[in-house]
Amino acid sequence: MMLKGRSLLEPSDFSVEEIESLFGLAGRIMDAPSDYSEVCRGRLLATLFYEPSTRTRFSFEAAMLRLGGQVIGFSEPGSSSVAKGESIADTIKTVACYADIAVIRHPKEGAPRVAAMSTDMPVINAGDGGHQHPTQTLTDLLTVKRARGGFENLTVGVCGDLKFGRTVHSLIKALARYSGVSFVLISPQELMVPEYVRKEVLKKTASPFRETENLLDVISELDVLYMTRVQRERFFNEEDYIRLKDSYILDAEKMRGARRDMMVLHPLPRVNEIAAEVDSDPRAFYFKQAQNGMYIRMALIMALLGIKE
Amino acid sequence: MVVINSISKGIVIDHIRAGYGMRVLEYLNIDASCNTVAFIMNAVSDKHGRKDLIKIENITDVDLTVLGLIDHNATVNIIEDHIIVRKIKLRLPETVTNVIKCKNPRCVASSESGVPHIFRLVDESTKEYRCEYCDDIVKAGEGL
Repeated sequence: MMLKGRSLLEPSDFSVEEIESLFGLAGRIMDAPSDYSEVCRGRLLATLFYEPSTRTRFSFEAAMLRLGGQVIGFSEPGSSSVAKGESIADTIKTVACYADIAVIRHPKEGAPRVAAMSTDMPVINAGDGGHQHPTQTLTDLLTVKRARGGFENLTVGVCGDLKFGRTVHSLIKALARYSGVSFVLISPQELMVPEYVRKEVLKKTASPFRETENLLDVISELDVLYMTRVQRERFFNEEDYIRLKDSYILDAEKMRGARRDMMVLHPLPRVNEIAAEVDSDPRAFYFKQAQNGMYIRMALIMALLGIKE
Repeated sequence: MVVINSISKGIVIDHIRAGYGMRVLEYLNIDASCNTVAFIMNAVSDKHGRKDLIKIENITDVDLTVLGLIDHNATVNIIEDHIIVRKIKLRLPETVTNVIKCKNPRCVASSESGVPHIFRLVDESTKEYRCEYCDDIVKAGEGL
């Protein structure tokens, strides 16, 4: 695995084989975490969060601390020089003087790429606006891989805000590379996948896909149902948000129409798109995803820093 | 009728879509203070009805990459000793920097100063380009 020194800005930055090797490493860490508790001693991870985050920031910080490394950073730009108007390029160049690897979340699409272009230090995209969220995708894929053994020939439904849902864009980009994967895109007209996902990913990879507005019509066909939140902060217009936010709510009634082995995934946090009654359903995997997230991020940090097992 | 003499050495960019000549000159970055440049706007054309035309004397090594993006129907002839020694077929460039501006308000390039606007060719037949940062797709000509 030659990931040392590289950045992860979107899933296709890594080959399928490289992602597979990360899954392998994450699995070994899960099996024997104490074997890895000192491997990053003396290494520093910088977390630059220009946007709020609980899960992603905590899981990166927990990942680095569990590897024996340390963490610096900010969780809101108001407490950094960003508030004075410092550019992303200047911030990352400064951070690179102190840290070995950086994680960046930013409301602007492509901001992590600007950071990566400005430094030799590995940069990890922890979510850029409504664009991409590749480490969430690694988490999603690891969860499916461990439950189903692989991705070939899966029918994957993605439901909710497919226009601004960065986790959806990254997931489709990653899964479209596996043979036989087909997609059912379930969303209101207003929140369908962006043009580049349709043209550059689905059509280019010749992945079968269809689009529908009705979750109930297709739920029985799915191996995986990936639910997403209709995010208030992605709308320019509050009225649009209120009109669409409850469009797709998964509850026990809808789950009755699903296959017995369908996996329900969600990047979290949820608002009301999955009813709490679904949590106890053995097909609900979303809290397992959160747990897997830390292990895959441990593997990613090790790989980008070039730390041998 | 305007008459412009032929040149003995240089570049003739003909059949530029009428109204686009100024933009072509701008992107070719020819220094008109030390080069002889003839620029004809809105000339009568048998092919297109109207056209713009540019003649640049004594220069043959101009970077024409961006020309394919602005107007790939234009024709480019390289002249030496009064003879056309080469006809250049224009193609859409694979990558263009600071020619197309990203208009996605959510894109980092639209708000962060000093970030080069980079676009990569997606599909030559549809003339579509993709923003390097936000992946927004634009048609050549739309964002110029």
